[in-house]
Amino acid sequence: MTDTTRAPQREATSVDDAGRTPEPSRASRPETATIDAAGHAALDRPVVPLRHPLRWIAAALVLVMLLNFVETLFTNQQWGWPAVGKWLFSPAVLTGLQLTLTATALSAVISFAGGVVVAIARLSQNPVLSGLAWGYVWLFRSVPLILVLVFLYNLGSLYPTIGIGIPFGPQFQVPTANVLGDLAIGVIGLSLSEIAYASEIVRAGVLAVDHGQHEAAQALGLPRRRQFVRVILPQALRSIVPAFVNQVVGLLKASSLLFYVSLLDLFGVVQNLSSTYPTDIIPLLVVATIWYLVLTSAVSIVQYYVERWTARGSVRALPPTPFQRVRAAVRRGSGRGSGRPGGPDRARQAASAARVVASGPASTIDDRTI
Amino acid sequence: MSAAISIHGAVKAFGDTVVVDGVDLSLPSGSVTVVLGPSGSGKSTLLRAINHLEPLDRGVVTVGGETIGVRLRTGRDGVPRWKELPERHILRQRSRIGFVFQHFNLFPHLTALENVAEGPIAAGVSRAVARDRAAALLERVGLGDRGDTRPRQLSGGQQQRVAIARALALEPSVVLLDEPTSALDPELVGEVLGVIRGLADTGTTLVIVTHEIAFAREVADHVVFLDHGRVVEQGPPAQVLDHPQHTRTRDFLSRVR
Repeated sequence: MTDTTRAPQREATSVDDAGRTPEPSRASRPETATIDAAGHAALDRPVVPLRHPLRWIAAALVLVMLLNFVETLFTNQQWGWPAVGKWLFSPAVLTGLQLTLTATALSAVISFAGGVVVAIARLSQNPVLSGLAWGYVWLFRSVPLILVLVFLYNLGSLYPTIGIGIPFGPQFQVPTANVLGDLAIGVIGLSLSEIAYASEIVRAGVLAVDHGQHEAAQALGLPRRRQFVRVILPQALRSIVPAFVNQVVGLLKASSLLFYVSLLDLFGVVQNLSSTYPTDIIPLLVVATIWYLVLTSAVSIVQYYVERWTARGSVRALPPTPFQRVRAAVRRGSGRGSGRPGGPDRARQAASAARVVASGPASTIDDRTI
Repeated sequence: MSAAISIHGAVKAFGDTVVVDGVDLSLPSGSVTVVLGPSGSGKSTLLRAINHLEPLDRGVVTVGGETIGVRLRTGRDGVPRWKELPERHILRQRSRIGFVFQHFNLFPHLTALENVAEGPIAAGVSRAVARDRAAALLERVGLGDRGDTRPRQLSGGQQQRVAIARALALEPSVVLLDEPTSALDPELVGEVLGVIRGLADTGTTLVIVTHEIAFAREVADHVVFLDHGRVVEQGPPAQVLDHPQHTRTRDFLSRVR
């Protein structure tokens, strides 16, 4: 910038009448001369941001529609809120809820562990292992879950006994029905299909880890297992967790299919009760909806904190959690730390307070190093 | 003095491209060797072959008299062949060779101290001893107060110094450095070169792939110029850098300077 302006100036002194005279004269004029007196007077006042009236109209329209619907919740007796209250914590519903929770939790844990194993097999150099893993994923991603469940339910008629033994040698056999209870069938069915999806999620996560990390772990001579558990997996988790939790939410809802293998989960209980109490069909559906909402919200909260944990090291400072935000707001409200003289900008204060909370233990790092 | 590192008939190809094409080198214990060469000359591949990160197609590398990654086996036909070792042997051998990467490759989810302590802990050193040793190493590279910091919160120069500390944690007799300053902002190069200079003074055998000619002249005992996977010229820096015999070396040096 300085070079380009200086060069013509220097030239202008030597070749004065070459039409370059406006150049130095403009430079000598004060910049502020381009605005008039009124403009100068307004410099002290804040710039008025653009208004968006259409946004307000659109928001109002949507709100009116929403309120219309909310009104029907109160006026339409068919919602049957007293019945909802009656069923929400009824023992039958709670038993179903417990089964949904148990089946989902067991399947989620099994499918994650199984997913890691299948992903490792799929990533291995061994063509037989990786081929088998590919085949497994292909099979269980192709077959609908309900088919898997019903198939397992009828396994007893396909293989009346199951066991293990040396092919064509001695065998150890037990009746299928003795080993596989209904819950076991349900959990195995859910897991078989979830493992297929989970393994792809884990594989994608492992592939997303920078190759240099594998090399560094190898160069340090870390044993294979430690390379994976200590270096690769923790970094892969960052992309695995959101996708896997998404999968768990799907699993939570897919567990309603257990109804078809005679397991009374939340949905199954509600279905059963509605045939016994036909007048309460709508309230019972509302009860199931409420519980599924509660469960999904709980999963989302867990996800939020697990994601924060896996993000350590990948961002310099984590944003504050909602709790930390509230705490920071309360602290501001109570007046502590607000005695900053000449600080009229409250928003900025709020932001900096939030940042202090956010940086937490990492706040020992000063700005110069970053 | 015995050779700390010797390379015999090293050949490595990626597909049809021969990257290392018959390299023989002998580097004495305690020496500082700088490997120079245009990009694609095979210098990084050669360096990575030394700790078997890049297995050779032919040839063998010894470090401290021990062949790395392979052992001689006579087959049923009575013909001796170099055969790859089981992985855990190779991993154990690697733990005795430090390696510093161009892009640091620190573990981002671990603190600086955990990064440095990881190798020794994996090798069976007790957690407390490993952490003490790691703290001392961080002190040595001038980052004693940064132990609890994660890599992303450090500057590039600081990260590379942590990486050097990590490479030293297993007390290797040999440290390999692959373009340790190429990914750094110019004003951060000096601090890393300073640490390497200090390392050279302690008698650790160093092999450095770098483009810092001035640094090579100052710190190296031996300069190797590589082109198209072959050693074109080698010798003391005064000879190779100031009086290169080969036109290819001269061309390269005139372009780099």
